Amino acid sequence: MEYFTQQLINGLTLGSIYGLIAIGYTMVYGIIGMINFAHGDVYMIGAFQSMMVFLICAALGLSWVPLQLALMLVVAVMFTAAYGWAVERVAYRPLRGSTRLAPLISAIGMSVVLSNFVQLAQGPRPKPIPPVIRGGFEIMESEGGFIVQLGYLQIVIFLLTIVLMAIFAYLIAKTPLGRSQRACEQDMKMASLLGVNVDRTISQTFVMGAALAAVAGMMVTLYWGVNDFAMGFIAGIKAFTAAVLGGIGSLPGAMLGGILIGIIEAMWSAYFSTEYKDVAAFGILVLVLIFRPTGLLGRPEIEKV
Amino acid sequence: MATMTIPAVKAAPTPMTVALKEAGMTAFVVFMLSFLMIGFESQATQGQPLGYVTRFGATAWGILLVPLGRIALVLDRYGQSMPSLIGGGLAFLYLAGGAVIALAFDVLVIPFNDYFGAAAGASGIPMPFADPIVDAIFGLGALYIVAMAIQTRRRAAHGELTLEERETKEERSSIRAKRLSLVLGPTLLVVAFVLPLTPLADRSLIGTLTLILTYVMLGWGLNIVVGLAGLLDLGYVAFYAVGAYTYAKLSLDLHLSFWASLPLAGMFAAFFGVMLGFPVLRLRGDYLAIVTLGFGEMVRIILINWQSFTGGPAGIGGIEKITFFGVPFERNPAEGTQSFHTLFGLEFSVMHRIVFLYYLILVLALVTNLFTIRLRRLPIGRAWEALREDETACRALGINPRNTKLTAFAMGAMFAGFAGSFFAVKQFFISPESFTFIESAVILAIVVLGGMGSQVGVALAAILLIGLPEVMRELSLYRMLAFGAVMILIMLWRPKGLLAHREPTILLHRGNGKPKKMGARA
Repeated sequence: MEYFTQQLINGLTLGSIYGLIAIGYTMVYGIIGMINFAHGDVYMIGAFQSMMVFLICAALGLSWVPLQLALMLVVAVMFTAAYGWAVERVAYRPLRGSTRLAPLISAIGMSVVLSNFVQLAQGPRPKPIPPVIRGGFEIMESEGGFIVQLGYLQIVIFLLTIVLMAIFAYLIAKTPLGRSQRACEQDMKMASLLGVNVDRTISQTFVMGAALAAVAGMMVTLYWGVNDFAMGFIAGIKAFTAAVLGGIGSLPGAMLGGILIGIIEAMWSAYFSTEYKDVAAFGILVLVLIFRPTGLLGRPEIEKV
Repeated sequence: MATMTIPAVKAAPTPMTVALKEAGMTAFVVFMLSFLMIGFESQATQGQPLGYVTRFGATAWGILLVPLGRIALVLDRYGQSMPSLIGGGLAFLYLAGGAVIALAFDVLVIPFNDYFGAAAGASGIPMPFADPIVDAIFGLGALYIVAMAIQTRRRAAHGELTLEERETKEERSSIRAKRLSLVLGPTLLVVAFVLPLTPLADRSLIGTLTLILTYVMLGWGLNIVVGLAGLLDLGYVAFYAVGAYTYAKLSLDLHLSFWASLPLAGMFAAFFGVMLGFPVLRLRGDYLAIVTLGFGEMVRIILINWQSFTGGPAGIGGIEKITFFGVPFERNPAEGTQSFHTLFGLEFSVMHRIVFLYYLILVLALVTNLFTIRLRRLPIGRAWEALREDETACRALGINPRNTKLTAFAMGAMFAGFAGSFFAVKQFFISPESFTFIESAVILAIVVLGGMGSQVGVALAAILLIGLPEVMRELSLYRMLAFGAVMILIMLWRPKGLLAHREPTILLHRGNGKPKKMGARA
């Protein structure tokens, strides 16, 4: 039981990170119907930029942890959002209204470019940083002496995720920005006829997705403490899996899918084998898609002839 | 009483104001992109925690140069192409010229450092960036500006095209692509057959060509799935891996020769395709893409972790080498047996095996091609194309979508299996590292860049995507960057692929035999 609780906590932490990345995938898919393959690499860039902020803080002698965290968050989000914008502007906007595969290929190209750019600019080696937040609460202890720990860092991650989700839900539901986004999602042509600036809305979607990916990147920098230029690929694939699992196009679905993938991965590593944890995640995805092709929270697509 | 103020009519902004505004915006974006990622480089020195060094010089030059280019492009958009022509031209000459000189110095002078005492990159010309290749990239950007300006001037001289003219132009280019591929196909074929016999052919050239042909074959195989049947498969490399491992296991454990294993590997890969395809083919479009991607990754993870069977991450080595239909290519054949050179009374040469491998993959690829071309005319090929165009309509006409898709999947997988066993026999060492997602992406990119469904286009794209990076090995670190950039640029330049004519193989007769003009697209 204690062991299970510990794995649940770890899985939720991991899941929050996947969920935040998955939202970027699901929003972009919802609005322009393409798999943004470069999103995983945008997350990787977010992780690198927050690491860089941390290093600069350390060099300037800013050692008060909350300030460090706030700076990492704000700066990484801003600078990574620029990447989200630029990726859309350079590689996807010129291809809008083209065949379905063209943006997919240019997205794969973009992913290759971004990861190799980081390899060139920052060097190929993994970059370790010391843990920023240590310690945690001891929740319970079994007779065997196994202590269930809830780290302070994990609490920070949970709180940040919840706050971000709340802000996000508000943005989508109540603001003009969210309204135009939903309008574009339903019918882009009609929305543009009614005075919605479609180009700008799509850019904003990419910026928001990149911002959330940057937060996920910051979290992972703090949590694992190691970044390398190739980390975006597998995280991106898993996050996309999470988005599909939750029902692509649905924001709560993406979060739910992310948390499920995180928990499955943690449980599988704990009880079966760490080697096959990725197989487990994909296996679940295949099962869900076979029995519920629209994902857990997705709406069924109606096809007209 | 409040007086109504009539809003002043805003004067249209002059081109220069627009240009300056956009340049400011560009400078801001370049700053955001480069400040943390290029301005700082994280570095770990021995025994120290991670630190960083700064490179603000490069960032500053980027923030200066890119907006200048933007100004040139905006002015060009307003028809003022002179500044961009002159400025871009000068920038191109300086940056590219300086880069070439710097590179030449690196190549020529550094080996003789002891004599001349010159340091690396010491061509004496002050350049903005430390790395001449970055200078060259900016030089290419300037060249692009010049090209745009020239285009603007030409358009100004001839006038804008109407929609009608543009469509006829598009149609003509499609016809031209078709005609081009009619000429290009046989030419490439003749070159492919003759090249190894010319004195040009050295070991590295044949090696590169063999690699290109492997990808051509994979591209043609995937073309069946993606180009003809319209199923997006992002895990194609899994079948390639199955073929390679099948041959490796058959040759090592059962001592089967390559020629006996080849059909078995193909059959096994096809079987695998059916097994994987069966549960997922109900899915459509992107869902299918992500599941195939997942399967591809699963196969790779299993290959890494099933140590006892696949050798794990270390892979399988010592795989049986290729034989000339049973006659080995060995310098010293065992007592009482023949080797290739003794059989034909030739001097022993390593090239025999390499050239034989080259012709083998050429023939395998051509078989794939021929097979596809013939299949397109059979009912099953027609059904694939129909399915690609409209699945619902197919269902209404009584085509069984599941079986049709499964055959496409199995056919594609079979050719990947053949190519996989060729890969194993060529390398005589395989490991899961050769079967990563990026391989699937490259193969898919070859199919899409070539213009889906166009056989010659696939060959062209393979030469471009595989051959160029091999030629540019000098640029080692920038190779993959260039690869990704080329993928994006080709898509931006020709979104439908290099030789795009994706039409069904047959069409109902359209009146006078000329292709009918489509109505204005919505």
